[in-house]
Amino acid sequence: MVIICRNPVSSALSLVISFLGLAALFITLNAYFIGIIQILVYTGAVMVLFLFIIMLLDIKADNTNDWNIPAIVGTVIVVFLLVSQLVSVLHAFKAGSQPMTVLPDSYSSNDVKSIGLEIFTNYNFHLQILGVLLLVATIGVVILSRRQSKETEEN
Amino acid sequence: MPTLNEYLLMSGLLFSIGLAGVLLRGNIIIILMSLEMMLSAANLALVSFWRFGGGGGLPSDSYSPQVMVFFVITVAAAEVAVGLAIIVALFRSRQTVEIHELSSMKG
Repeated sequence: MVIICRNPVSSALSLVISFLGLAALFITLNAYFIGIIQILVYTGAVMVLFLFIIMLLDIKADNTNDWNIPAIVGTVIVVFLLVSQLVSVLHAFKAGSQPMTVLPDSYSSNDVKSIGLEIFTNYNFHLQILGVLLLVATIGVVILSRRQSKETEEN
Repeated sequence: MPTLNEYLLMSGLLFSIGLAGVLLRGNIIIILMSLEMMLSAANLALVSFWRFGGGGGLPSDSYSPQVMVFFVITVAAAEVAVGLAIIVALFRSRQTVEIHELSSMKG
């Protein structure tokens, strides 16, 4: 749906649906924190940003019906190779065919606490690097949009 | 109950759909959305390996995979912000988001 729809808005809404499904998969995997983060960050923030940009740029659905034939053939070949390789690898991966067992009641699934402890003890330095990365990204976005407006003023 | 292979197959299919989107579509915004999908597929593989990592279908004791997924999500959000800013700047100077019309860097 995401790649078939010609209208970018419907692709974005399909992507919201698939991210919600992915969050449900995370929750079935007992990763509650990651599932909630997935909903909050992806379907909450990122997709709103996408929809905002699509509306801001006022992109129409491309009505051009000329699919690039070599691109389609190449895509089909590459994706087919990837999927067949994946299936053969998973077929040979015996350890993965064991079913998931239900967690016993004694298992403490306090994963927010555990992830927080892990982040702020073992991965503290990585967290600080991540903060610097986010700061740099913010500054970069501001500069990107400011320099452009200054050039248009000069023009 | 589902097995690890089913989750990995799901992740691989999601990655393949994202790859097909990157290769097929000409709209930069949809290419960026497909990239997000591929990153999420990698996250799904990581979390499912964590869930089956303890042996006997039990989760692993370590929470490092989930921390890594958290970092990946954060980096992906930053990447989307920068990418969309670049797209807006590009649209202002070229009035298009189709990659076929953005061929000025072609050698």
